[in-house]
Amino acid sequence: MLGYILRRVAGFAPILFVMVSLSFFMMRLAPGGPFDQERALPDQVRANIEARYHLEEPIWRQYLRYLGDVARGDLGPSFRYPDRSVNELLSLGFPVSVTLGLCALGVALALGGTAGILAGLRRNAFVDYLTMSFALFGVSVPNFVLGPILMLVFALGLRWLPVAGWGTWRHLILPSVTLGTFYAAYVARLTRAGMLEVIGQDFIRTARAKGLREATVVLRHALPGAILPVVTYLGPASAAVLTGSVVVETIFSIPGIGRYFVGSALNRDYTMVLGTVVFYSVLLLVFNLIVDVLYAYLDPRVQVQ
Amino acid sequence: MAMHVREWIVAFTVLVAVSTGAPFLTPGAEGQVFRINNMVEPESLDPGAVTGVPEHRILSNLFEGLTTTDPKDLSPRPGMATSWKISKDGLVYTFKLRDARWTDGKPVTAHDFVYAWERVLNPKMGAKYAQQLFYLKNGEDYNKSRIIDFSQVGVKALDDQTLQVTLRCPTAYFLDLTSSDTLYPVPRWAIEAHGKDWGKPGKIVSNGPFRLVSWVPQRELVLEKNPQHWDAGRVKLQRVVFLPTDDVNTAYKQFLAGESDWVPQVPTSQIDAARSRPESYVTPYLGTYYIRFNVTKPPVNDVRVRKALSMAVDRESLTKFVTKAGEIPTSAFVPAGMRGYEGVKSLSFDVAAAKTLLAEAGYQDGKGFPKVELLYNTNELHRVVTQAVQQMWKENLGIQVDLVNVEWKVYLARQNSLDYQISRAGWIGDYVDPNTFLDLWVTGGGNNQTGWSNKRYDDLIGQAACKIVNPKDRMRALQEAEKILVVDDLPIMPLFTYVNKGMLSRWVKGWYPNILDMHPLKYISLER
Repeated sequence: MLGYILRRVAGFAPILFVMVSLSFFMMRLAPGGPFDQERALPDQVRANIEARYHLEEPIWRQYLRYLGDVARGDLGPSFRYPDRSVNELLSLGFPVSVTLGLCALGVALALGGTAGILAGLRRNAFVDYLTMSFALFGVSVPNFVLGPILMLVFALGLRWLPVAGWGTWRHLILPSVTLGTFYAAYVARLTRAGMLEVIGQDFIRTARAKGLREATVVLRHALPGAILPVVTYLGPASAAVLTGSVVVETIFSIPGIGRYFVGSALNRDYTMVLGTVVFYSVLLLVFNLIVDVLYAYLDPRVQVQ
Repeated sequence: MAMHVREWIVAFTVLVAVSTGAPFLTPGAEGQVFRINNMVEPESLDPGAVTGVPEHRILSNLFEGLTTTDPKDLSPRPGMATSWKISKDGLVYTFKLRDARWTDGKPVTAHDFVYAWERVLNPKMGAKYAQQLFYLKNGEDYNKSRIIDFSQVGVKALDDQTLQVTLRCPTAYFLDLTSSDTLYPVPRWAIEAHGKDWGKPGKIVSNGPFRLVSWVPQRELVLEKNPQHWDAGRVKLQRVVFLPTDDVNTAYKQFLAGESDWVPQVPTSQIDAARSRPESYVTPYLGTYYIRFNVTKPPVNDVRVRKALSMAVDRESLTKFVTKAGEIPTSAFVPAGMRGYEGVKSLSFDVAAAKTLLAEAGYQDGKGFPKVELLYNTNELHRVVTQAVQQMWKENLGIQVDLVNVEWKVYLARQNSLDYQISRAGWIGDYVDPNTFLDLWVTGGGNNQTGWSNKRYDDLIGQAACKIVNPKDRMRALQEAEKILVVDDLPIMPLFTYVNKGMLSRWVKGWYPNILDMHPLKYISLER
């Protein structure tokens, strides 16, 4: 098992190398630079700034310099926030994004799981149609629509929750629901499908024949099998709520790393863009690994080699 | 090892509970706590490193320059300097400093200014706004490494309390510049001790009416009253919270929910609803919204075409029905309201005359007019304005102009390399003097970006900048220059003067409308 994990981790390096290289050159191909602004800089001032960040060097040397820095774990200074390094900004934003992501996943699993089980057990009944209609709604409504609607209703209308910001559990609710709804819908559909598959199998009939209570049959015997597709989905979903919180973080003014991702690309803050790309890449790789390992535990048919 | 759903839920609940043990945001309702939607995360708190308005909203209260600004008309008032003498030729300023202290108790001296200004001009610093000190004698040469010895640059500490500044040219608005971020004094010992971290909480040493309490990026920045400041008796606010909400819709909702007391922008789509509320304010801004012509590319290389295009746009309707926030229609470039400057009467809306000009240029009723593109950057306001202009040109002149929407940095790059025909643009003045608008258009100027060049214009701007000392004659020269710009040659066609459109809680006192939308916090109080 440990050997397997180590082998996978060793495989990260070439993937990261390709990611960094591609992003580095794509970023430089985009028109405009980090220090282009409405008020054009005098040539000398621009030259001074570029010298400070080594931007006047040939591109291959900048590339090698960057690779060397990344290998040492240094993602460089942010161009937009000259007093801060990319490492500093990411380390400040990451716990926030993780908190938001976990809450959103919690919403997704709680809502989606319950809905999926109910729908699976009452196939083609009213509950099934109702929950699956909601699921369709959840998948189709983009979060930049859902977020402002929730804000209008719960913050401005009912005044139950704050509009935006960060710091208390009350600030967490609207963004978590906004971000989690899409995944809840997905989880509901997966759980329902898993439930339908498992519930018809022989061991369930056996459990029922033993005279077990329905709740025990469902939660103890059917559920572990039924949620396997959900677990598979959980890896990509965890990564997706973390990397996909860009819009939600902006709408709700949350100080996570998503705020930097789009902003830095638009600002051509080269080091910040690359820093977030490296960071997100590592995150995705690690999550996929965790899912594969977890899967081996949950499903005795899968063997880690 | 199958995990139960319930266990998952419990695990998440615990995680949520643990991770949200963070302290509450600064509580609002009680006391003199003023909350501002600053719209963006400040780039830095180092006066030498910043250029933007959101940074200035913070720094102008954290630091203090030789002068400060009057909250009503923005004229210079004493700051660190109690008085100043200006030589007859307008070149030498001698500032007498007051007995003031840094937040760590050290006295503020003339040497702190010399150190700060050297730092900004030093090419190694790579200061983005170094040109604010190019007004000093030899300032630009030092920044270009043409001179290495800083003692040749026009700033000297005659003693601890006396600063002598020698300018390259008599600069009528120099006392407006001395209250800008770039010219603030900075504490050498703190910078040398902490390097680039010196502007962070716990390390920063400042000299303004407020001091830094906390700063969590993208979350909030908090200032509190500085009791050691010389003018602390005037300061009523105990705390000021700056919220970096980038989304203008969210910021507006935060204001409506009472989470902030001032939001300096209102979403374009909400402008009607916003203006019907008593907290809404609309005041003229020191900025002009205009259209640039690339005079090196046909068909707008022909001045008759440019004039026709300008005269075919009904600016009154544009501001009344499209922008709707009370923008002031204008075809002049310098906004009204500059002390001592009489505006220029430019071309008026006249479809018949526009058609005649277009016909003279060879495009009778718009026939044969080549394919033309109008470039704009992604923004709700720019989209509706360019659409309206496109429509007016079509109806009034019979010509088809295609709109091209690009993202901000692409837009800047294309304008800069003259890779466009027509583009929308805006300019916000740096100081209250026509020069901040007119010196853009000199031949080869970095912000010209139209390919336009006019010898007479360059001469007039040059004379106004350096030769003419008499203020009246200077304004006359600038006016003649503006006439060339917007009546004779038209490398640009102005559309309207920007307005500040914001929302301010009714309990905020000591807040005065002005054309820079600058509101020094030391005059502000809350009366609930």
